[in-house]
Amino acid sequence: MQRSNLYIIIFSAVLTIILGGLLSGTSVVLKPLQDKQVELDTKKKILGAVMDISDIKDSKEILALYKERVTSTVVDINGEPMEKDAKGNPLVAEKIDFGKNHKKDPQTRPYPVFMFMKEGTEEVDSYILPMFGAGLWDWISGFVALDSDLNTVRGVAFDHKSETPGLGARITTSVIQSRYVGKKIFDEQGNIASVSMVKGEKGEPLDDHHVDGMSGATLTGKGVNAMLKQYLTFYAAYIEKVQSGDKAQAVAAPVEEAAVTEEQNI
Amino acid sequence: MSTETLEQPIVKEPSEPLLSKRRKKFITDPLNDDNPITIQVLGICSALAVTVKMQPTLVMSIAVVFVIVFSNLIISMMRNIIPGRIRIIVQLAIVATLVTLVSEFLKAYLFDMYKVLGAFVGLIITNCIVMGRLEAFAMANKAYDSVLDGLGSGFGYAWIILTVAFFRELFGSGSVFDFPVYGTIENLTGFAIPTNGLMVDSIGAFMVLGIIIWIQRTKNGYVEH
Repeated sequence: MQRSNLYIIIFSAVLTIILGGLLSGTSVVLKPLQDKQVELDTKKKILGAVMDISDIKDSKEILALYKERVTSTVVDINGEPMEKDAKGNPLVAEKIDFGKNHKKDPQTRPYPVFMFMKEGTEEVDSYILPMFGAGLWDWISGFVALDSDLNTVRGVAFDHKSETPGLGARITTSVIQSRYVGKKIFDEQGNIASVSMVKGEKGEPLDDHHVDGMSGATLTGKGVNAMLKQYLTFYAAYIEKVQSGDKAQAVAAPVEEAAVTEEQNI
Repeated sequence: MSTETLEQPIVKEPSEPLLSKRRKKFITDPLNDDNPITIQVLGICSALAVTVKMQPTLVMSIAVVFVIVFSNLIISMMRNIIPGRIRIIVQLAIVATLVTLVSEFLKAYLFDMYKVLGAFVGLIITNCIVMGRLEAFAMANKAYDSVLDGLGSGFGYAWIILTVAFFRELFGSGSVFDFPVYGTIENLTGFAIPTNGLMVDSIGAFMVLGIIIWIQRTKNGYVEH
């Protein structure tokens, strides 16, 4: 039936106000719950990069485990500790929004570092570096866990916003992520070589700096490669500092070990 | 439900039974003879995309049933005040609101599901089944009938994608609801069944869906003209 234009305008306005109010109300009410879920998810990913937590179903256990084993710090591009942001507020690694952080100038950006401690000691078992980049459709993010030699990859945990399920979204599966385990980020000259995903999925063993690709998701793979390379470069100063610093002895041993394994391969 | 007493009218003008023959058809038709996916070929996109595993498929089904039923109900109640010229936009606004609500609740209570389904829940808006039922049914029928119609179409959609997901997860990942079926068989008999990678891809969904349509049309004698 035909109605006057005025009726249509009023109807639309009222409908918009009602629906808009409903949506913003829900959003406000659910926001604290959602924030908690995001926090839990981040902690799960950080832990997931170093250990298998798929058996732990209870979220309280995960939070407790995180509190017990993980410490964090924030460094700047030169690897120096950074305690306050540009506005003078104290920086907390867990509170940094990696997406927003990514938009800042790399030179002034704070870089969070998470450290997974050996049980009951002050010794760092693994360094976990958060990363952020662009996939095919939207952002991708990752946590890369390095052994205490800061060269060998202990594990990775990738996430994404809207990569295609079954194709690019496979970066979140353990099948893809386990391919990174044991790879090296430094080449023999000590430069950052990163770990790249190759094109195509052949299932053949590759060298220390390459992993098998994802069939049908080459562009997501390229995004992952770019993210790893870029962020490892950003963390390079910090990595070097830790390697050459007070943990020099701890670093020396694994390097020798790596040399031995290479000889064995030959 | 007192359907029996209502069928033998005591009052002069008997109200229609809650589940009369006509109303039962609203629910049963879309389950088989007029299935939204296999006969009307609507909502194929999500049927292919979310059916890799049973669990996300179940959540998606519940979300779609929720959205269809409530959008049908709301639109049907508003049908006499909606101006005809902007009815499609009004329908879209209602559907979009409901979908956003589902998405927000998933994010707050089922975060893992939200991560898997996030993109698709948003796409329920474009699921042709929802808009199709609003335009074809809810705009012209009473609220209660519209709810039944929504339930019918929703379940018609749900059982098809759940069936597809069952076979895809079984053959593709060797599990059902993440219970390792193949693994158990291997433990019991020592015989390892290889999983089929094709089933994990969308192609697998096409094949399973094709076979379901084939069986259904052979049984019902439905021919497309």
